[in-house]
Amino acid sequence: MRHKIIDKKDLCPGNYLIEIEAPNIAQRFEPGQFVIVRINEKGERIPLTVADFDTQKGTITLIFQVVGKSTMQLGTLNVGDAVLDCVGPLGKPSEIKKFGRVICVGGGTGIACIYPLIRALADAGNEVISIIGARTASLLILEDEITVLTSRTFVATDDGSKGHHGFVTDVLTNLLDDYRNSGGVERVIAIGPPVMMRAVADVTRSLHIKTIVSLNSIMLDGTGMCGSCRVFIDGEMKLACIDGPEFDAHKVNFEDLISRLEMFKEKESEAMNHYSSKAGVRK
Amino acid sequence: MIQIGGTRIAMEEQPAQKRIKNFCSVPFGYTEEEVIAEAQRCIQCIHGPCEKMCPVHMDIKAMIREIVARNFKEAFLIAKKDNAIPAIAGRVCPQEEQCEGVCPFFNTDNGINIGKLEAFIADWAMENGVKEEFHIEERPEKVAIIGSGPAGISCAVDLRKYGYKVTMFEALHKAGGVLQYGIPAFRLPKDIVDYEISYLTEIGVEVKLNHIVGQNIMFDELRKKFDAIFVGTGAGAPQFLGIEGERLKGLYSANEFLFRTNLMKAYEFPEYDTPIVCGATIGVIGAGNVAMDVARGAIRLGTKDVYILYRRTKKESPARAEELQHALEEGLKFMELVNPTRVLGNEDGWVTGIELLRMKLGEPDKSGRPRPIKIEGSEFTMKLDTVVEALGSKPNRLFLDQTPELETTRWGTLEIDKDLMTGVEGVYAGGDAIRGNATVILALGDGRKAAQSIHNYLLRRRK
Repeated sequence: MRHKIIDKKDLCPGNYLIEIEAPNIAQRFEPGQFVIVRINEKGERIPLTVADFDTQKGTITLIFQVVGKSTMQLGTLNVGDAVLDCVGPLGKPSEIKKFGRVICVGGGTGIACIYPLIRALADAGNEVISIIGARTASLLILEDEITVLTSRTFVATDDGSKGHHGFVTDVLTNLLDDYRNSGGVERVIAIGPPVMMRAVADVTRSLHIKTIVSLNSIMLDGTGMCGSCRVFIDGEMKLACIDGPEFDAHKVNFEDLISRLEMFKEKESEAMNHYSSKAGVRK
Repeated sequence: MIQIGGTRIAMEEQPAQKRIKNFCSVPFGYTEEEVIAEAQRCIQCIHGPCEKMCPVHMDIKAMIREIVARNFKEAFLIAKKDNAIPAIAGRVCPQEEQCEGVCPFFNTDNGINIGKLEAFIADWAMENGVKEEFHIEERPEKVAIIGSGPAGISCAVDLRKYGYKVTMFEALHKAGGVLQYGIPAFRLPKDIVDYEISYLTEIGVEVKLNHIVGQNIMFDELRKKFDAIFVGTGAGAPQFLGIEGERLKGLYSANEFLFRTNLMKAYEFPEYDTPIVCGATIGVIGAGNVAMDVARGAIRLGTKDVYILYRRTKKESPARAEELQHALEEGLKFMELVNPTRVLGNEDGWVTGIELLRMKLGEPDKSGRPRPIKIEGSEFTMKLDTVVEALGSKPNRLFLDQTPELETTRWGTLEIDKDLMTGVEGVYAGGDAIRGNATVILALGDGRKAAQSIHNYLLRRRK
C-alpha cells in the first residue's frame, strides 16, 4: 500500500515534517513506538519517529532530520507524492501512568519523539517539565507545542543562541537540585543523540532517579529477525526493535550503542555521493 | 534411442570463476532434449521408492513418464497436484536425502536428477503460461494465514481450491518468507518466487504486506474475524552463541547478512540503498545450508577469503551436497573441527579475528553424527574482518509473546496434534513454526495437511 504525503513542512534547516496517510498505524499508534519507511523499490528500510497521529484523518506525522541518502531523498518528496511502504507501529509502547513529577529531556530530532510522550504523560495527570536542546536556536523544533503541555519548559543551545548556553544536562542537574527539597522527581525520560542520553543517565544514576531512554540503533526488519539493533542491557543482549526501543538508562551500555551506530558510516557517504551525482545528472 | 540407466545427463552450469561475480542461478537447467534423455534413464521401479521418500509423495514416476513422452504440461500438472511450488522445491529440496537418495542408480552417482526434472517442467509451465485449471466453488468461511513462506503458500492454495476466502498476512514488504529473504537468488531466482506469489493473488488469495501479527494486528482480532487460522510464521529469529565480542561491528547473524543481500539487494549497492560491510576475510560459523548461502554470498560480494568454521567435519555438514560442492568450487575454505570461543576486536569496536578451540570427533550422539569433543588448551586465533553466525534460527518470539494461549515446546516451536491443530480450536500450524529449522518441502507438506484439517474442521463446524 502506498502512503500519500498530505502535508509537508520545513521545520528548520535539515529537518522536515511530513504527514502521511496510514490509517491502520494512526489507529494503533502509542507513544514510544516508531515506524519503518521504505521510499521506493530500491529503498532501504529506515526507522522513523512518529511525532503525531490523527485517528480521524487516518494520518501520522513523521519528523526527520537529513542524516543520509534516504532521509535526504525523503526530504525531496512533496505533498501528493507517496512512500511505498510504511510499517508500524513497531516497538513496545512507553509506560504511561501517573508517576507524579516527570522531566522529559529532548535533544535535536529526539524532541519530535518525546513530544507525543509528553502529551500522554500530561494527559495522565503528571506534572511534566521539559528540557529541550539543540545545537543552535534555529534547530529547535516543537518548542511552542511542548510549552503548552508542560508546567515548565527549558531550552538549552550549544551556542547559547537561545536559553541556557550549554547542554541540557546542565539544566537537568540544576533542576534536580532545586526539586530535591520539594518532592523530588519521579522519573526522567531522555530522547536524543546517544551522547546526550548517556550524559542524562550519568546525572540521574547517583540520584537513583528512574530514567528511561529510547535507543536509535541500526534496524533492518524491525521485527526481531536480524539482530542488527542488538543492544546490551545489564550485559544481556536485547533487540531494540522488539524489546525496546525504551530501556532503563542506567542499564544501557552506551559505548556499544555509539560504536555500533558507526558500522555503515563509510557506506552511508558512498550512498550519498552516488545519490548526489545522480541528482546532478538529472538537473 | 532410449537409454535406461546409464550416466546422469550433466547439468550445464555457470563456471565457478564467472558465477562468483554475479547472483544469477548457478545451473542453467536442462534443455528439452536433455530433460527427455534424463527422464528416459528412469527404470520405473515397481515400488517407487522415490515417491515413498518424497515428503509430499509426488507421483514422480508418472511425472517422468510424461516427460519422456514430451507431455510437459501433463508432467507439470502431476507435480503440481502434490506440490504447490515445484519450481522452488525442484531447486531447494535436499534430493539426495529424499527421492534421489533411494534411486537405484544413486550409489554410482547416477541417480535420476529428479529435482532438475521437476524444475524444468515448472519453468516450462511458467514460460508457456500453463497453469492448473480448477473451478472454485466459493464457500463463506474465511481463513487467515500468518506468514507467506512455503507453509503458508501451500496452505493458502489448497484452502482457496476448497473455496474458502483466504487472507495472508506478511510482516515484511515482500511476500515469500524465507524464499524471499533467506535463500539467495543464485540458488533460487527471485522471479520464480514472485511468480508463485502473483499466482496466489490470481486465484483470489488476499496478501496483506507489512502486517505483523502480534505487533500491528493482534491475534485476537484474527480469531474474531476469521473462522480458522493457519500459523506459518517460520523460524526467523537469529541465535547467537553468547560468546564475548558479539557486540562488535563486523559481526552479523546469518539472518541479517542474508536479509541485506537477498531481500534488500545489498549486492547492488549503491543503486539499491541498503549497504553491507564485508571485509577481505570472513568466517562463517556453522556448516548448514544457511552457512553455505552466507559464504557464497560473501564470495560474490568480493570477499577474498571465506572460511566455514565448523565443529565437526565436512562429512557431517548438514548442507545439501550440491551447495557444499558449489561452494567449494567457488573457493570456500572449509575449516573443520573448530569451535569459536570469542570474537576479537580492536579499540574502535571492529572485529579483528576469532579465537577457536580445536575439536575431535567422539561417539555418535542422538543425531547419529559423531559428537564433537573439545581439546582443552588447544585455543588459537585467526584474523578475520567479518564474522557471521549461522547457527540456525528459532521461532520469532514477537508473535509467540503475544499468544500465550498457544503452547510451545522448549525449543520455542508450537505444540500441535496429529492434525496440526494447536491447543486452540481452529488454529493450525506448520512448517518451521512447528519444526524449527526444517526444509521447504516439509513446510509444503504441512501446509497441505493443515489445509485438509482446516477443511474438515470447517465442515464439522457447519453441521
